[in-house]
Amino acid sequence: MLRFIGKRLVSLVVTLWVASLVIFLSLEVVPGDPAAFMLGLNAQEDTLAALRDELGLNKGAVERYVDWVGGMLVGDFGTSYTYRTPVAQMVLDRVQVSLPLALYALTLSTLIAFPAGIWAAARRGKPADIAVMGVTQLGVAIPNFWFAMLMVLVFAINLRWFNAGGFAGWDAGFFAAMKSLTLPAIALALPQASILARVMRSSLLDTLNEDFVRTARAKGLTRGQALWRHALRNAMIPVLTIIGLQFAFLMAGAIIIENVFFLPGLGRLVFQAISARDLIVVESVVMLLVFAVVLVNFLVDLAYAAVDPRLRGRR
Amino acid sequence: MYFRKLGAAATLAALLAGAAYAKTDIVVGMQLEPPHLDPTSAAAGAIDSVLYSNVFEGLTRFMSDGSVVPGLAESWEISEDGTVYTFKLREGVTFHDGTTMDAEDVKFSLDRARAEDSQNAQKALFADIDTVEAVDPATVRVTLKQPNGSFLFNMAWGDAVIVAPESIDGIKQQPIGTGAFKFSNWVQGDRIEIVKNPDYWGEPAKLDKATFKFISDPTAAFAAVMAEDVHAFAGFPAPENLPQFEADPRFQVLVGSTEGETILSTNNKMPPFDNVKVREALAHAIDRQAIIDGAMFGYGTPIGTHFAPHNPDYVDLTGLSAYDPDLSKKLLAEAGFPDGFTTTLKLPPPSYARRGGEIIAAQLRAVGIQTEITNLEWPQWLEEVFRGKDYGLTIVSHTEPADINIYARPDYYFQYDNPAFQQLMVDLNNTTDPAGRSAILKQAQEMIARDYVNGYLFQLAALSVANAKIKGLWANAPTQATDLTGVYWED
Repeated sequence: MLRFIGKRLVSLVVTLWVASLVIFLSLEVVPGDPAAFMLGLNAQEDTLAALRDELGLNKGAVERYVDWVGGMLVGDFGTSYTYRTPVAQMVLDRVQVSLPLALYALTLSTLIAFPAGIWAAARRGKPADIAVMGVTQLGVAIPNFWFAMLMVLVFAINLRWFNAGGFAGWDAGFFAAMKSLTLPAIALALPQASILARVMRSSLLDTLNEDFVRTARAKGLTRGQALWRHALRNAMIPVLTIIGLQFAFLMAGAIIIENVFFLPGLGRLVFQAISARDLIVVESVVMLLVFAVVLVNFLVDLAYAAVDPRLRGRR
Repeated sequence: MYFRKLGAAATLAALLAGAAYAKTDIVVGMQLEPPHLDPTSAAAGAIDSVLYSNVFEGLTRFMSDGSVVPGLAESWEISEDGTVYTFKLREGVTFHDGTTMDAEDVKFSLDRARAEDSQNAQKALFADIDTVEAVDPATVRVTLKQPNGSFLFNMAWGDAVIVAPESIDGIKQQPIGTGAFKFSNWVQGDRIEIVKNPDYWGEPAKLDKATFKFISDPTAAFAAVMAEDVHAFAGFPAPENLPQFEADPRFQVLVGSTEGETILSTNNKMPPFDNVKVREALAHAIDRQAIIDGAMFGYGTPIGTHFAPHNPDYVDLTGLSAYDPDLSKKLLAEAGFPDGFTTTLKLPPPSYARRGGEIIAAQLRAVGIQTEITNLEWPQWLEEVFRGKDYGLTIVSHTEPADINIYARPDYYFQYDNPAFQQLMVDLNNTTDPAGRSAILKQAQEMIARDYVNGYLFQLAALSVANAKIKGLWANAPTQATDLTGVYWED
C-alpha cells in the first residue's frame, strides 16, 4: 500500500510541474498588456512604463517563472496586477463560495443519483427503469444555465422564495448562506445527477451479470440481497471516477452558473482576471485548480484501492 | 405554518416601519466591478462609478448636466494672462480618517498626479501645471506653463480628486476621501458598501448606507431588478428589457446622456482610407438610425461629429454625412474603387460594437465595401488596434468628457494629422473667454466632420432602472459617476 501511495505521489509532483510550465507558457503568448488595460486610452508612455516596472512586467520570462514557482513553493501566490491584493487571499475568499457550492451540488447529485440508479438497475426494463432513464436523458440534455434562469424566474421573480442571486456571506449565518447557494446547487446538480444515475445503473447491471453474483444467487440470495451485498460495492469504481471528475468540474467549471446567480466564486475570478490580463491571478488560480484536481484524483485512486484490494497489487 | 405566521409578522413589522420612516439604504446594481479603489491610478470607469462625489471630491466637480461647479475649492481667481489660478479652499473639511483637508493635501495630490513615476491614467490633465504652492492652509496657488482654458474642467475629473498623503499606501483597498459617504466594506467579486459620513462639510447625505452590487450578466441583471434584489441598476446592460420595466409601475427607467461618442474609427493613414473621398463614401454608406435601432434598441442620439449633443457648443453636422448609398458608390468610383474594396473591422466586446459591427458590415457591403470582422477582447484591442494601429475600421465609444482634442494627436490610433486642427486646439487652450472658446469648438467640430476623419455614429445613452420611489438619481452621466449624495426614498 505504501509503495502504491509513493508511486502516486511522484506522478502527482511531476504532473504539477508540467502543468506549471504549460500554464505559464500558454499565458506568455496571449496578446495584451495588463498595464495598458488598466490605464486605458489616454495613458502616456511614461505612466505605462512606471506601472509595468511596479508590476515587475519588465523582467524576463525565465525570471518571472522562477519567481512564480519559487513563491508558490513557500505559499506565496503573488499579488494581483489589477486588484493589488495577494492572490492567496482572493482565492481564499472565493473558495468560501466555490467549495461549499461544489460540495452542496455534489451531495445533491449523489443523493438523487444513487437511489435512482440503484432503483432503475433493480427494476431493469420495468416502468421505473424507463422513467428514470427518460428523466435522466432530459437532465443531461437541458443546459444548466437555462434551467437556472427558469428557476430564477419561478422561485425568485414570481414566488419570491429566493433572491435572484448573490451570496449572503457566511457572516449572515449558515442557513442564509446555504439558502443563497440552493438554486445554483440545484442547477449544477441536475445534469451531474443525471449522468451519475445512468453510470450507476449501467455499472450495476454489468456487475449483476458477473459470475460471482450468479454464485450468490445460486447460494439462495434473492436478487435484491445479491445486489446490495455483492454487486453494489463492485459497481462503485466507475461511479467514484465520475464523482471525482464531477467535483473537479464543479470547482472550476461553475462559471456560467456563477454568472447567472452573480456569485463571487472561483470561476468568475478567473474569467475576470483573463479579461483584464491579470496573468498572475490566472496562473495561480489555474495552478491551484490543477492541484485540486490532481489531489482529488489521487484520493480517488486511494478510494479505488480501498474498495478493490486487487488494485493495490496491480500498480 | 409557524414560519408563515412569523413571515407575516415580519412583513407587517416592515410595513409599519416603512410607514413611520422612509428607507435609508439602497442597493445599486452595476455591471463592472472596480479593480481597486484608487481613482487616481487607473482608467477603469467602475472606480469612479462607485467613488466619484460619494467618497472622493476634487477642487471642482461635475454636476449631472455636465457643468463644472466649485468642489473643495470654494472660489478661485484667475490671473489676467490665464496662467495663475488661486484657489480658496473650503474651511472645516476633514478626511474620513479625521484629519483636516488643507492646502498641503491639494499640493500633494496634484504633485503626485504629475510626478515622473505617476500612475495617473489621465496624466495629460496635469501636464500644463508648472508649480503648486500652499500659500496658507486655505489657499493654493497653481501656476501653469501656458494658459489652459480647460483647467477648471480638468480638475473636476475623478482622476484629479484630493487624497490625503497618509492614506496613499492603503488607498487601493481603503479609500479615504472627503465626501458625504465613507467607504465601509468591499467583498471582492460581490459588493462594495459605503455609509453616511456624519462629519460632512456640505449638505449631508440622505441615505445612511449604500451597497453597490456587481452583476455582469445582462440576464442576471434583469432578474435582480425584477426580483427587487437591487433597488436601482446604473448603466443597465440590456436595453431590450427596458420597455418591460417602463410598463411596470414598480419601476422607473431613466434615459440620459453620456459623454460617449460612439464612432466607426478609421485608420486615416491606411490606404484607401488616406483618401478623403473614400472616408466620405464610408460616411454616406452608414444609416445611423438603423444602427441605433438595431444595436441599441432605439436608445442613442445620432451625431455628425465628435461632440456631445447635450453640450451647448454642439453643432448638428449629421447632414454632412447623411445616409445616401448612391452618393457613396459614386464617391467610391471617383476615388478609383468602382467595385469597392476589402478591409478589416475589428470589434471590442461591448454590445454596441458587436451588434453595431454586424449592421455596419451589411451597410458597407451594400456599397461594395467588404469587411472581415474580427472580435477582440479589450486587452487585445488595445494592443492590436489602439497601440499597434493594425486595423482598417473599428467601433468604439470615446467616453472621456470633451475629448475633441484627441484629434490634435497625429499618433493617436486613427492617425489624423492636420496642422490646422492642431493649431485650433492650441488657440483653444490660449482662450479663456467663453464666447471665444465656443467659436473655436464649433470650428473644430466642423473641421473633423468635413474631413470625415471617422464615421460618427451616435451618442451612447445612459440607461438606468430604479424603484419608482427612489428620487435624486442622476439620469445623465457627464462622467462615470453614480452620485448618491442627493438620493432618497420617497415616503
